[in-house]
Amino acid sequence: MRWIEAIRSAFSAIMANALRSLLTMLGIVIGVAAVIAMVAIGSGARNLVDQQIRSLGANLAIVTPGNVTQGGARLGAGAASSLTDEDAQAIRREIDGVVAAAPFVQGGAQVVAGGSNWGTRIYGIDLDWFSAREWDVATGRTFDPEEVRRGDIVILLGQTVARNLFADEDPIDQFVRVRNVPFRVIGVMAPKGQSAFGQDQDDVVFVPLDTGRRRVIGRNYAKDRSVGSIFVKFANESDIEPGIESMTELLRQRHRIIGEQEDDFSIRNLTEIANTASASANTLSMLLAAVAAVSLLVGGIGIMNIMLVSVTERTREIGLRLAVGARPRDILSQFLIEATTLSTIGGALGIGLGVGAAYLVAQLAGWPSLVSTNAILMAVGFSALVGIFFGFYPAQRAAKLDPIEALRRE
Amino acid sequence: MALIETRDLRRVYDLDAGRVVALDSVSLDIEQGDFVAVMGPSGSGKSTFMNLIGCLDRPTGGQYRLAGTAVESLDAAGLARLRNREIGFVFQQFNMLPRVDALGNVELPMIYAGFDRRTRRERALQALGRVGLVDRAHHRPMQLSGGQQQRVAIARALVNSPSLLLADEPTGALDSRTANEIMALFQELNREGVTIVLVTHDAEVGRHAHRLVRFRDGRVIDDHRQTPVNARDLEAEAAQ
Repeated sequence: MRWIEAIRSAFSAIMANALRSLLTMLGIVIGVAAVIAMVAIGSGARNLVDQQIRSLGANLAIVTPGNVTQGGARLGAGAASSLTDEDAQAIRREIDGVVAAAPFVQGGAQVVAGGSNWGTRIYGIDLDWFSAREWDVATGRTFDPEEVRRGDIVILLGQTVARNLFADEDPIDQFVRVRNVPFRVIGVMAPKGQSAFGQDQDDVVFVPLDTGRRRVIGRNYAKDRSVGSIFVKFANESDIEPGIESMTELLRQRHRIIGEQEDDFSIRNLTEIANTASASANTLSMLLAAVAAVSLLVGGIGIMNIMLVSVTERTREIGLRLAVGARPRDILSQFLIEATTLSTIGGALGIGLGVGAAYLVAQLAGWPSLVSTNAILMAVGFSALVGIFFGFYPAQRAAKLDPIEALRRE
Repeated sequence: MALIETRDLRRVYDLDAGRVVALDSVSLDIEQGDFVAVMGPSGSGKSTFMNLIGCLDRPTGGQYRLAGTAVESLDAAGLARLRNREIGFVFQQFNMLPRVDALGNVELPMIYAGFDRRTRRERALQALGRVGLVDRAHHRPMQLSGGQQQRVAIARALVNSPSLLLADEPTGALDSRTANEIMALFQELNREGVTIVLVTHDAEVGRHAHRLVRFRDGRVIDDHRQTPVNARDLEAEAAQ
C-alpha cells in the first residue's frame, strides 16, 4: 500500500473518532509543549547567566586586599590598603599567561554637569582595565598612555551616567565636575547591562588611576601607590589556577610575608564562580527537560492504549483487508502510520502550545527570547518516534491476526 | 489443468480438547467457468474447505494448486498476493468498511494490488456497473440496503478480475427476494465466464449451481452435476 493511501486512511480513522483521537493526542500535546517550554526556559536562564559572565570578562581573577588586625580587632577583607600598582606591574611582568593586570581604585561621587547632577561610582583605572574587562568606548576614545601617566583630568562616562546628565546631547568634550574638579569628557563607554548580582554596570564613571587617587577618592588610599583591587586577566582558562598560585607566591614575597603569617590579600577566581553558576543553570534546564520527557512517555502510553482498543474494535476490518490481499506488513504499516500520524499531529499542536508558553514566560521573566529550532525539531522527531515505538506493539498484534479468526469476530 | 486441484487435502486442528480432523483427504478438481455449490451441515468441513481453497489457511497435509500455483508452500505474504490476484470473496455479513463510500470499498483490493488512483476509480466504477450500482457509488454502507451492500461486495470481489469468486453464505443475511436477486446476479456472472464456488447450508441456494458437492465429517460424500434452477424464473414466479 502506498504512503499517501496509508496516511489518507489513517486520517479517516482518526477523524472517525475525533474526540477520542483528540484526547489521546492531548498527552503528546502536553508532553511536547512541556519539553519545548522547559528547554526554552532552561536555555533562557542559561543565556542570562552566560551573558552576565561575558559582561564580566572571561578568564578573570581578582586580587583584593586582605583583612588587617588593628589593636586585636580583625577588620574584614578589603580593610587593608596593601596592594599597589607596582604589585599589578609585577603580576603583569612575572606571571605566566597574564594578558592584563588592571589595578583600580573606586569610590562614590556626585557628578555635576551644568544644571543636573548624578550620584554614581567612580573608578580610577589604567589602560589594562579595558582589555581585562573586555570593555571599550561606544563614542569618543579611551585614555591615552600619557593621560594615565600624568594623571590628567579627563573622564569616561558609563551609558547610564551619560544618559542622566546629558540626555540626547553629545557629552564628548563637555565638562563635568567631580568634587569641584572640572573633568573633560573624552568618551562614553559601551553598554554592559546588569551584572550577575543585579547591579547596573553602566552606572559608573572612569578617570585615570592617579587622578582618582589624588583628586577624587583619596581617603582609603593614603599610601601614594596603593590601589583598591586588581583584575587579572589570563589568556586561557587553564592558566588561571597555576597563575593564582604563582601570584600568591609573588605577592607574599613582595609584601614580605613569611612562613605562617596570614596573607594581607586574597585572590578569587571569578571565572570559576561564573562557571559554577552556568553549570547549575545547565543542570536546571536538563532537569526540566527530563521531567517534560516523562510526560511525553505518558502520552506515548496513552497512544498505545488507544491503538490497542482500535485494533480490537477493527478486527473485522483487518480480517477483510487480509482477505482481499493485504499482507501482514501492510496491516503493520497501516496501524504504525495511524499511531505516528496521531502522535505527530499531537506534536504539532504541542509545538504551538510550547512556543506560546515559552514566549509568555520569557515576557514575564524579562528573559531573552529563546525557542530554538533544535528543540522544535527534536520535539517533532521525538513525538514521531513515540508514535512508532508505542504504536508498534498494537500494530504487530493487528498484523499477526489470523484472517479467518478476524473475519469471524463479532 | 483444472483451476482448483486438491489432492488428499487434510486439515487437523490441535485444540485443548484434543485433535480434530476437520478435513480428511479431500481430492477435488474444479474447472474454469464452473459454478459449484459446496453444501453440508455445520461441522461437516465445508468452511474449512472454503478457507483452504480461499488461501486463508494452509493445509496440514496434501496438495492444493490454484491456477497452477502450489499453495501449501507459500508464506503469509505469498498467500496474501494470491488472494489479491486470484480470489474474490463474498461474505455473509458483507464486511464493508463503514467510513468509506461504495466506490472506496470496491477500490480496496486494488490498493493492495498497487494500482494508481485513476485506474482504481475507473475499474471500480466498471465493477459497480456490472452489479448495477453506479448511481450508488458515493453512498456509504449505512445508506445502502443489505442487498445493495452485497452487490457492492460482489463488485469488490470482481474488481481485480480474479479466477475464482468464493462466496460464503452470501444470501444468509438477506430476505428471500433479495437473496434471489443476488443468486440471479451470480448466474449472470457465471454465464459471463466467472468461476464461482458457493458455500451454503441452504438447499434452495444450492439449486442454483451446476455442480453440487456435499461434505460430511470432513469428507466429500456426494458430488454430482445438476440442472440449475433459473433465478430469474423464480423471480417471475414469485411476482405472480
